[in-house]
Amino acid sequence: MSAVRGPLPAAVRAEAPRTTEGRRRRRRPSAWHLLLAPVALLFALPLVQMVLTSFMPSADINRLPPRFLPSALTLDGYRALFTRSEILLWLTNTVVVSSVAVASNVVLCSLAGYGFARLRFPGRAPTFLAVLGTVMIPIQLLMIPTYVLFARIGLLNSLGALLVPWLATAFGVFLMRQFFLSIPRELEEAALLDGASRLQVLLRVVMPLAVPALVTLAVFTLVGSWNDLIWPVIAISDSGTFTLQIGLASFQGARRTEWSLLMAGNVVAIAPLLLGFLLAQKHFVATMSGSGLKG
Amino acid sequence: MTAPAPAPQRSRATTAGPAEPGRGTGGGRSRRRRGEAVTGWLFVGPAVVVIVGLGLFPAAWAGLLALQDWNGFSAPEFVGGENFSDMASDPDLASALGHTLGFTLLFVPASLVAGLVLAVALNRRIRFVSLYRTAVFVPFVASAAVTGLLSNYVFDPQVGVVNNVLRVAGVPAQGWLEDPRQALAVIVVMSLWQQLGFVTVVYLAALQDVDGTLVEAARMDGASGRQVFRHVTVPGVVPATVFLAIWQVIQSIQIFDLVFTTTRGGPLGSTTTLVYYLWEQAFRELRFGYGSAIALVLFVVTMLLTLVLAVGSQRRGAGAPA
Repeated sequence: MSAVRGPLPAAVRAEAPRTTEGRRRRRRPSAWHLLLAPVALLFALPLVQMVLTSFMPSADINRLPPRFLPSALTLDGYRALFTRSEILLWLTNTVVVSSVAVASNVVLCSLAGYGFARLRFPGRAPTFLAVLGTVMIPIQLLMIPTYVLFARIGLLNSLGALLVPWLATAFGVFLMRQFFLSIPRELEEAALLDGASRLQVLLRVVMPLAVPALVTLAVFTLVGSWNDLIWPVIAISDSGTFTLQIGLASFQGARRTEWSLLMAGNVVAIAPLLLGFLLAQKHFVATMSGSGLKG
Repeated sequence: MTAPAPAPQRSRATTAGPAEPGRGTGGGRSRRRRGEAVTGWLFVGPAVVVIVGLGLFPAAWAGLLALQDWNGFSAPEFVGGENFSDMASDPDLASALGHTLGFTLLFVPASLVAGLVLAVALNRRIRFVSLYRTAVFVPFVASAAVTGLLSNYVFDPQVGVVNNVLRVAGVPAQGWLEDPRQALAVIVVMSLWQQLGFVTVVYLAALQDVDGTLVEAARMDGASGRQVFRHVTVPGVVPATVFLAIWQVIQSIQIFDLVFTTTRGGPLGSTTTLVYYLWEQAFRELRFGYGSAIALVLFVVTMLLTLVLAVGSQRRGAGAPA
């Protein structure tokens, strides 16, 4: 408890350490627990039940009333998922798309962000405005022409159709540009005087400082590309090219009541992001509030 | 917000210019400048091609498609404003608009109020607070497909946990996603589950900017906790609220994913939202022209709404006593 209270402004708190005021403050948290504990439970419940159900024998789910806790743990749901659906293929497709998206965003958005922040070239301001302007345009307006365009160049129903829109994002360019602007120029000038090229300066001097911004960019790109639904739904109709997300959505009709299989699929689809979230909550939270940058 | 940003940087560059050593002759400087122009375009080119090529170019094309009658196969026919006049007399579009408005009116106020309350609660330095925060933030990583399957499961009339809790309480089983009167409300609830973490994080960041000296000063002047909240905290989170209101309204107008992964617009069309209807028209009925016209109107209305919200809040903020 004292450790949690540590960061408080000590001078203010120290004035009334053992008075009624101090005791009142200590007791108040319990009232917030009455709100927070049930809310936290409600938020966690669907995910907890998802994990429990994925390990449940189907008899536990289909009896009345259904069990919340499994009577025995079984991998039946996962076995059915991996043998009777193409989930392994969908997982591979998703991993490929997201990995390329993250790698490409890190490279292209860093280059562009640095270019817009530091280099002087004709047309810089209008080009940057055009990039930012695309943030305003919703996918709904773009999806029909993009579908037609991709159909004409024969890109539909391929991983390329999923990859190309994720190669670089306006959010990423903006994020990296803002970050590079915040770095003192003097750091780079010394290297430039020594005859280093702009690319060398970017790689050796600037990028090592940019790791926090890069992690935010990577998290944003990973979550966005991993969870993307509407574009894959439009661009992909062949189940061999499905991502996890359309694969799961396609379960809805055919496997409606195979709950342990469905929840196992959910676990597979969310596990990487969930693990990432629990390990690097700080960066995820930074990314969540960072999406406010778009506004 | 975007236009002024490059300006201070450029002026800084010019003041730094003369101080740069090794500039040599005028010819050398212009060569160097040309070199930087080439480098600049090499740096930004690839990202710009992708972003502008897939962001602005198709948008302009959509404007053209909206004036055509085209199914993607036969020759497109120029029909002028016919798609737009069709929209005015399309009863299905009107009901999709109604569902979207209903969703927006339920979702936006609920998410702002609940998000602010949660942020205030989670801003306390109390025991387990990081655990509570994790629980509220975690659904942020759940995709629409994951959330959709979870909605189907949790709200399933037979095996779902919601009906089973109700049964214990003596309430008869409800149809939820299978009931035309309840389905949209269930989608609102699950959207809140998935997105409240984001609203809470933005409010938390705003609260942490407010907190501190101002709150302590008000406390020392004898303000009660409620007074501090009303007169210090609430005014402090107005900018965050404006941003979130705009953001959540846009999200609501564009809702598609969770409808696609739960009800597919049903039962009886009761959850067919604007974008779901647009998707059906474009990619099920292959009415690319009509779909583009709906998308264009949706885009313009969204922009106007954003403008009204942004300007309106600014005017109110300026008129309010300091």
